[in-house]
Amino acid sequence: MLEIKGLRVSVAGTEILRGIDLSVRTGEVHAIRGPNGSGKSTLAQVLAGHPAYTVTAGSATYDGKDLLALKPEERAREGVFLAFQYPVEIRGITNSYFLRSAVNAVRKHRGQEELDPMDFLQVLEAKLKAIGWDDTLMNRPVNEGFSGGEKKRNEILQLAVLEPRLALLDETDSGLDIDALKTVANAVNKLRAPDRSFVIVTHYQRLLNFITPDVVHVLADGRIVKSGGPELAHELEAKGYDWLRTGAMVS
Amino acid sequence: MVAVEKLVQTYRAFAANGASGAPAWLRELRDGAIARFDALGFPTTKQEAWRFTSVAAITETEFTLAHPASRIPHLDVIKPFLLGDGPRLVFVNGFLARSLSTPLLDGVRLDGLAQTLVDAPDLVHRHLGKYAAFADRPFAALNTAFVHDGAFVHVPARTVFEQPIQLLFLAVPTGTPLVCHPRNLIVVEREARASVVETYVALDEGVYWTNAVTEVVAGDGARVDCYRVQRESDRAFHVAVTDVHQGRDSIANVHAVSFGAALARHDLRGTLAGPGGYLILNGLYALTGDQHADHHTAIDHAAPHCESHEYFNGVLDDRSRGVFNGRIIVRPGAQKTDSKQTNNNLLLSRDAHADSQPQLEIYADDVKCTHGSTVGPLDPKALFYLESRGIGEVEARRLMTYGFASEILNRMDIAPLREQLDKIVRARLAE
Repeated sequence: MLEIKGLRVSVAGTEILRGIDLSVRTGEVHAIRGPNGSGKSTLAQVLAGHPAYTVTAGSATYDGKDLLALKPEERAREGVFLAFQYPVEIRGITNSYFLRSAVNAVRKHRGQEELDPMDFLQVLEAKLKAIGWDDTLMNRPVNEGFSGGEKKRNEILQLAVLEPRLALLDETDSGLDIDALKTVANAVNKLRAPDRSFVIVTHYQRLLNFITPDVVHVLADGRIVKSGGPELAHELEAKGYDWLRTGAMVS
Repeated sequence: MVAVEKLVQTYRAFAANGASGAPAWLRELRDGAIARFDALGFPTTKQEAWRFTSVAAITETEFTLAHPASRIPHLDVIKPFLLGDGPRLVFVNGFLARSLSTPLLDGVRLDGLAQTLVDAPDLVHRHLGKYAAFADRPFAALNTAFVHDGAFVHVPARTVFEQPIQLLFLAVPTGTPLVCHPRNLIVVEREARASVVETYVALDEGVYWTNAVTEVVAGDGARVDCYRVQRESDRAFHVAVTDVHQGRDSIANVHAVSFGAALARHDLRGTLAGPGGYLILNGLYALTGDQHADHHTAIDHAAPHCESHEYFNGVLDDRSRGVFNGRIIVRPGAQKTDSKQTNNNLLLSRDAHADSQPQLEIYADDVKCTHGSTVGPLDPKALFYLESRGIGEVEARRLMTYGFASEILNRMDIAPLREQLDKIVRARLAE
């Protein structure tokens, strides 16, 4: 589903990603771990099309399409979703209005009829029920005055409603207490599906205690320095990142 | 100064002619006001309160004092501006059009000011000119000199009037530029409740000048909701003063929306004169082309334990300019004052411009006062956030701009009015 080859990315003249190779198959859950500043968030944002980053070399293919040639909204309509580390406030627009606009943009792209507010409400209620949440966030302006936990929950709710094929989770566990972490992780587990892939970017192990990945990668200094199964995550928990970083320097 | 002399001359003719039958107190009020205007003259940009707003275009235009129109528009023409079947007064070029209006005379009094001066002069005398001081405000002085017609609303003590009262001011073209000086007096006595919608609209894209003054009184324990919608012609001049005077434990929700006029200036003042008062000022200015709108607001905390919240948003496109000055005065002894002010300006074009000036004058020590202001384009982070959800750039910009305006409109309680304004905002965004 996602094929990244030799990806190099700079921001404001500084190279952050220095040749990433990554292959994610349909239905797989990949975790990308690494120390602060290793380029994990950059990778997630570049895949979503953030305009601040410049791709200097390499390619990213999504379902056979050149992902990097698409505008951010086109990627979203094709089924790429980024759960933000820092979700943004949209003042004066309620969550439900925002979500309906997003759903309709995707539907329009697929040649489906747009949903009116009543139809949308039904879709929304079904989604909320599926992940076991209520609608308390829906009539508040997008992310405005939300607690850290509410913001992250709101990202996962959008994921549920927009039904992406490739979901990128950028530090979704940051700022969450243990209860909120479990709530979010449970919802993500319910959203795992054979036709949906996840790339979960996280500094810590704790989210991965609840969401078991198929593959774990370690990103350091802009490169993937090690890949393995779920057991790699536990090894990292025990040993930290430094042993891998040194290894990367040597190789 | 030619313009000032001409207005003084016009005043002499007005005082000698149509206004000569007025009671002595009113004649004195007018004479005092024109003398004050003569002394003050038109403001210049050298004066602090007018630093960003030149009124040269007004002084350079030759205006004729409006007179009762010979042709009154048909009801169908004004229907789009009406909010349901509530009681209303409709004014044409500043004069009450009785055939389009539904005055109330039983309990709640809703009538033209000119008529009320005949029917209940003492009631008018008790309040007229008591709140909108004109000693340092030339346009208020000029309005007071020419005070004649406008809306008079009186809600007796302990009367709860649910239906919104609508005051509709129509500008109807006559060929020459007209000036009118509507004067409105809204008195909501103790523990009474009312909401009033004051709308200024043009039936044609003409040049004219509206110089309005509205005085609002909320008695002890009263609640008044005031809505002001300015949709003048894009070539018009609109200068207005609104003074809200609040008694003990009263509530005033004041909303002001400005869409029209080439040049608009609104001085909006709320005075919390008794303890326990609560005031909301909620405003939006949305400008395009070469429009210029200046809002000078002042909240005067003259008593302890009062709360005020002020929210003004500006949406500025093309070469338009928005000016906001928010003054908060906390008088000595006004302890436990809680006052919050925000002014956010969205610049939709490189040539649009906003000036935002908070002005806090605090003379008490146990108070909470906060203010914040922003001026800038749409947040690129928010834009990317929307795009990352599949919403295209044009639509994302539209959505964010709409949200910025909606934030203000959503605070309004009258659904038909909110919908009317929402439609205007959407129509502008679709352009």
